[in-house]
Amino acid sequence: MQRRACALAILATGFMANPAWAYTVYVSNEKDNTVTVVDTATMQVVKTVEVGQRPRGITISHDGKFIYLCASDDDTIEIIDTATLQIVGTLPSGPDPELFVLSPDGKTLYVANEDDNLVTAINIESKQVMAEIPVGVEPEGMAVSPDGKTMVNTSETTSMAHFIDTDSHEVTDNVLVDTRPRFAQFKPDGSQIWVSAEIGGTVSVIDSFKREVVKKIQFAIAGLRPETIQPVGIAISADGKKAYVALGPANHVAVINTETYEVEKYILVGQRVWHLDFTPDQKTLITTNGNSNDITFIDTATDEPVQSVTVGQQPWGVAISPH
Amino acid sequence: MSAPAMPAKVAALTPVKFEQFGLRHYLICLKGIVVRECLRFLHQRERFISSLVRPLVWLFIFAAGFRQVLGVSIIPPYKTYVLYEVYITPGLCGMILLFSGMQSSLSMVYDREMGNMRTLLVSPFPRWFLLISKMLAGVAVSIAQVYAFLIVAWFWGVKAPPLGYLTVLPALFLSGMMLCALGMLLSSMIKQLENFAGIMNFVIFPGYFASPALYPLWRIQEASPLLYKICLANPFTYAVELIRFAFYGQVEWLSLGVVAGCTLLFLAAAIIAYDPSRGLMTRKQDTGGNA
Repeated sequence: MQRRACALAILATGFMANPAWAYTVYVSNEKDNTVTVVDTATMQVVKTVEVGQRPRGITISHDGKFIYLCASDDDTIEIIDTATLQIVGTLPSGPDPELFVLSPDGKTLYVANEDDNLVTAINIESKQVMAEIPVGVEPEGMAVSPDGKTMVNTSETTSMAHFIDTDSHEVTDNVLVDTRPRFAQFKPDGSQIWVSAEIGGTVSVIDSFKREVVKKIQFAIAGLRPETIQPVGIAISADGKKAYVALGPANHVAVINTETYEVEKYILVGQRVWHLDFTPDQKTLITTNGNSNDITFIDTATDEPVQSVTVGQQPWGVAISPH
Repeated sequence: MSAPAMPAKVAALTPVKFEQFGLRHYLICLKGIVVRECLRFLHQRERFISSLVRPLVWLFIFAAGFRQVLGVSIIPPYKTYVLYEVYITPGLCGMILLFSGMQSSLSMVYDREMGNMRTLLVSPFPRWFLLISKMLAGVAVSIAQVYAFLIVAWFWGVKAPPLGYLTVLPALFLSGMMLCALGMLLSSMIKQLENFAGIMNFVIFPGYFASPALYPLWRIQEASPLLYKICLANPFTYAVELIRFAFYGQVEWLSLGVVAGCTLLFLAAAIIAYDPSRGLMTRKQDTGGNA
């Protein structure tokens, strides 16, 4: 009996000591031109890397070896080696790249050029622009379907989601959503695409096949004026059951049941929460809080905020190592 | 001086010889005092409800109104952003202890006026033991109130880590002892029940507002460095912080030291004040029912 209790105690302490697998988080800090590197196990800043001006969109190659970073005011995309944390190259992006998405095969980057009303497709290997696709005014949100055949771009001023065929590089459909769509995210099974509207204060759920809005999700937080609720970043869990939406100056993340489209909870995080992403094990969600200069770790099992860690000035985007 | 009717329990103790008290006798005495305090509390249903309503009004109304105004930055023991309701909950626990501690002092004054106190004081047990027993009784009642409040707060969505409800208990006990001891000391100085309003204005309100119960001290420091120093000199400040950290399973050593030190100090002063040969009681000449 005693031995069993002892074994249980050892097991328990073992679990407590290892709450999550250690991943590396890369956060782009828009204002002080840096990328902050944070370890998920210790929840501490490991290093701060100087990068180009106004870093915003950030993503990581599928093998975890390179980070791609939109240096918006330098009109370029920087490539950072994750082993050395040195800038090892750039990609031609067109002016003012803000947000991009990596194709599922990891070969192509689709970049939204905010000032030029273009989406640029870049071959990473040859570092060549493959196509420039004219879209609506102020393109920003970018998403690519799991099969890689369809890409979606949202244009902030036109308030549309543009469906683009990745083979022909042509816009095939346009879906009107609410004002100032900021971000687009496919469900893992590719059946739907979720688009957040910053000024409209909603998330539109678009059927990928019918290409029409099937549901508009509204938000309401007790004690907050509706105009402070500005949905931006969206992250959908790998099992497709839960969606997390960053609500900007409302300082909350909404947890949405993807079957009922009901908001189940609002999680308090830092100020002006902008983007968010899961760790590969799906146990933790990390948000960037632009005005309070920190990131918040959320436990996805309980949907409770665990800890906030100060990073650089105006954290914008987040990318997490795949292993 | 005509003796009022003695409660059966205390009367039963009087034949015991002074020098032959065993631990059992002490425990019987303690039990008698604690049970009386608890019974009194339970019978005064209004008191129970009012003790619960007071912090809940703060939690439901005040905190909701100030949620947006008083942004709370991350300060230990918090690791991330917390709602204002979560921030003030330890302060409201302190508020319950503070009011309850003062209320037991009120009951001491009442007992003195009504003559019940003499029943207690003629007991052959040492005075210090009677006072500590009375305090333990007061703290037991206070802690029951705090947990009742925490249960309601839980349903309101203000939740501490589950283990925190256990780790906060020693902090509540020590803080409760400090405030009860302070109340006891004050009760020795008050002649009449009517003077309790003075305690309200001079002890409870300044003690409560000049503390981090409702707003973090850095905010007070921004507004007035002098006020900040006053807050730092306030023992209640440390009681609140001790409770706050204990909710998260942490010990704030400075607070622990200050609260423990103040408890001993107030307790010693109260014992001296109630000592018939030395204390303030001698000057009053009146522990009977004819106030």
